[in-house]
Amino acid sequence: MIRIANAQGFWGDSLEAPLEQLRGGPIDYLTLDYLAEVTMSILQKQYARDPKTGYARDFPQMIERGAKEIVERGVKVVANAGGVNPEACADAVAAALARAGYAGRLKLGVVTGDNILPRLDELLAQGVELRNLDTGAPLSDVRDRVKSANVYLGAFPIAEALDAGAQIVVTGRCSDVALSLGPSIHEFRWAQNDWDKLAAGIVGGHVIECGAQASGGNCQADWESIPDLANIGYPILEAEPDGRFAITKHPGTGGRVNVAGVKEQLVYEIGDPCAYITPDAIADFTTIQLRQAGADRVQFWGIQGRAATEFYKVSISYSAGFKAVGSMTYGWPDAYKKAKAADAILRTRLQKLGLHFDAIHSEYVGANACHGDLLSGQPSPNLAEVTLRVGVRGNDQAAVDRFTRELAPLALNGPPVVTYPSGGRPKVEEIIAYWPALIPKTEVQARVSVRQA
Amino acid sequence: MKKQLREIAHARSGDKGDCANIGLIALQPEHYPILVQQVTPERVKEHFRELCKAKVERFELPNLYALNFLLYEALDGGGTVSLRTDAQGKTLSAALLRMEIEV
Repeated sequence: MIRIANAQGFWGDSLEAPLEQLRGGPIDYLTLDYLAEVTMSILQKQYARDPKTGYARDFPQMIERGAKEIVERGVKVVANAGGVNPEACADAVAAALARAGYAGRLKLGVVTGDNILPRLDELLAQGVELRNLDTGAPLSDVRDRVKSANVYLGAFPIAEALDAGAQIVVTGRCSDVALSLGPSIHEFRWAQNDWDKLAAGIVGGHVIECGAQASGGNCQADWESIPDLANIGYPILEAEPDGRFAITKHPGTGGRVNVAGVKEQLVYEIGDPCAYITPDAIADFTTIQLRQAGADRVQFWGIQGRAATEFYKVSISYSAGFKAVGSMTYGWPDAYKKAKAADAILRTRLQKLGLHFDAIHSEYVGANACHGDLLSGQPSPNLAEVTLRVGVRGNDQAAVDRFTRELAPLALNGPPVVTYPSGGRPKVEEIIAYWPALIPKTEVQARVSVRQA
Repeated sequence: MKKQLREIAHARSGDKGDCANIGLIALQPEHYPILVQQVTPERVKEHFRELCKAKVERFELPNLYALNFLLYEALDGGGTVSLRTDAQGKTLSAALLRMEIEV
């Protein structure tokens, strides 16, 4: 059995969780997922300005803080912190280990080959159209606005790096579950066609990939009874060679690992449960068997899988116009009515200015922003306050910028009992949109290198 | 007897592009058939008609006493494009639990 601890569900997750996973009890692997879709375009932008950047800088800092435990206890670390520049990330990790006094003590593995941005035109010329999976449109429609293009690689390159003796493996874009599946493939010698075992590893990876969402965080089932969320323990996957596994957390930590909470995570961000597609296998979530096996422990078995497809998924980001969102807060009495009146005034003024947007969206925070008018019902006239939140979106940056000047005046020339939030006028943001596509696996070559830190 | 779905089920929701997913789970196994029978894709589409601009698809996970719903074009363009507070559909799970069912 191996213990795989996840400590990062996205870049921005707890900075302390990795250290708590290292220090809270025995683990064999620490996995960290830093790459949301939006992250790649940000990192690509940084990389374009400075070729020494383009990776998750939190990661080398974490390695420096946790170096003692990692090196002295031989904990292996797998992270997709490499972003668009895994080699530079590995350099920074080596420097962090040296700063912590552990230079030359371990091997670093780097997985690359996911970044197809430099090859995009060559691929398009070869007839790889990279059509949008949702709309069917060819990538040539937005080619000149593309910011990043990365293939979701699988778990086998990670296993290969571990096979070659790497103790820390840095990857670029890979499937989220690959971070924990790679270690199981390496440890248990799972083959490329061990579909059921791979599927089990995929399900286990899916459960832990969002960090504490598997151990009591963001859990609706009886949430008030979940103990000590302030000290929540992140999830640990205890994997067996035959594919069975358990989800647990370190003793003495807060949160809860139970069937209800784990089920919430199982159904989180999935499509057809019979076909959870990853680069390595397709897992059938309708075959999952699970049961509570003691306090904070859920056991899984019976999971079935089948052959992976001939394609990798590609995540392409492209520039898609501009947006800005601003707000004004209206106080009792009739807060909602005042906010509504302010919105009507604002829209009239935008129209008078001749500004055109692809979308203007108004919400009333405190009354109906999350669930909409229809489901939230008529707001009470006694609400203590309501925040009018208005956003606009369009290709005309100047128009979006002009909109940001129209909110503050409402404080003096609109409905009463109003306060304008501190922090100045809203910022105009460039919209980075996503273009999901498929690429034949034959067009992509993952590369694995291992070196002394 | 009419009840709110929240009394017999819990849920979690998220996004894939402009598509929201809501996983709905029976709190007790005996309530799962009620979910299957009453929380149909048609009813869910009607429930979310203000937010969801395209179809609703439903999948069954009898092993987990759970249903998975995909709400297409439900996030105003999705994650980075959307102007909504809840651009990633994280609160839509609770919105579904507002639905009234017959128990």
